Amino acid sequence: MKLTKRSISGTLESSDIMITLESSADGKNHIVLNSSVEKQFGDSIRYTINKTLTDFNISNAYLSAIDKGALDCIIVARLKAAIYHSVSDEDKQSEVFKI
Amino acid sequence: MNKLRRTMLFVPGNNTSMVVNAGIYPVDSLMFDLEDSVALDQKDNARFVLHEALRTINYQYKELIVRINSLSNGMGQRDLDYLIPLGKVAIRLPKTDSAQDVIDCEDYIAMIEKTSGLTVGTTPMMAAVESANGVLNAYSIAHASKRLIGIALGAEDLVTDLHTKRSPGGLELNFARSMILMAARSADISAIDTVYTDLNNMEGFRAEVEMIKQLGFDGKSIINPRQIQIIHDIFSPSEKEILDALEIVEVMKEAKKNGKGVISLHGKMIDRPIIERAKRVLETAKVTGQLARIEDEYNE
Repeated sequence: MKLTKRSISGTLESSDIMITLESSADGKNHIVLNSSVEKQFGDSIRYTINKTLTDFNISNAYLSAIDKGALDCIIVARLKAAIYHSVSDEDKQSEVFKI
Repeated sequence: MNKLRRTMLFVPGNNTSMVVNAGIYPVDSLMFDLEDSVALDQKDNARFVLHEALRTINYQYKELIVRINSLSNGMGQRDLDYLIPLGKVAIRLPKTDSAQDVIDCEDYIAMIEKTSGLTVGTTPMMAAVESANGVLNAYSIAHASKRLIGIALGAEDLVTDLHTKRSPGGLELNFARSMILMAARSADISAIDTVYTDLNNMEGFRAEVEMIKQLGFDGKSIINPRQIQIIHDIFSPSEKEILDALEIVEVMKEAKKNGKGVISLHGKMIDRPIIERAKRVLETAKVTGQLARIEDEYNE
């Protein structure tokens, strides 16, 4: 899928993550993570974000995330929402969003 | 006996902290909300949160219900598209005005069940009545689908429709509560009362819970964990009620064995409705664990 516009999902509340997603200039994925649990879970959060981007076949993302201790399922949910709001109407119909 | 539905805790669907922690509260049902507690521009976000959380988090024995958006604007259908394939939630339909609303929702659910490989008919439904039309159609709504497990009162929209407002005694809801209760009993489904929103008036809350228990409701929708214990205390039978019920059932069994037609206990005639009530007390006490505790105490 191609990211066509900038989107934001999530909040800065505890147990949540705020994700800003837009297309990158160089056609590669970039992740900038700021997490309150970076030391313990930074690698795990990056893995979850990378895996979700791969599931959606996205390779042009510039993703900035401020994490406040979100569980994996919430990270995936917020990223899915950000992707959903960033792709074309045609891509929004993809079944991948429901998997 | 129907499942215990004494407490149904509202959990706003876009509040991730509440969604992930909802399982710690000792309620009978969790009701995740995609409707009024979620802002219009956050509906997609909340839908994704519930989709991921409900399939990942183990909420143990609790009944999981999702209040969807109305089907009239297309949002309800999108909620169902994401939730039904999970195969683990009941659907609460808001603002149900007629049996046709239930049937329309049921048809859409059946279509998704079919395409998702689920057995058609396995997703339970609840109908929330929140308007004068809904109250007047409560009977046909309650009988509209075999999927229905309950009918609930939504008072805030209803009082607006009635050109009044809520009062501490709930006088304005008398007719609606009675209609919903009769409809629920007629269809043999649960009757769930509306939320009590004044969290600073716990005495008023207690009085309302005692009133709806006396009316015959099965439970109440709640918005705060502080309200749980009061409902459970009021809706659980007392030790005396359980002991009396055990005695009634024992006397009944004895009379049956001896071929006696008329039963009396402590000088009072015990007839069929009294036996039915005693059985219901024991069934409730069994589910709440009170019966096992009492039997343990007496066996020690």
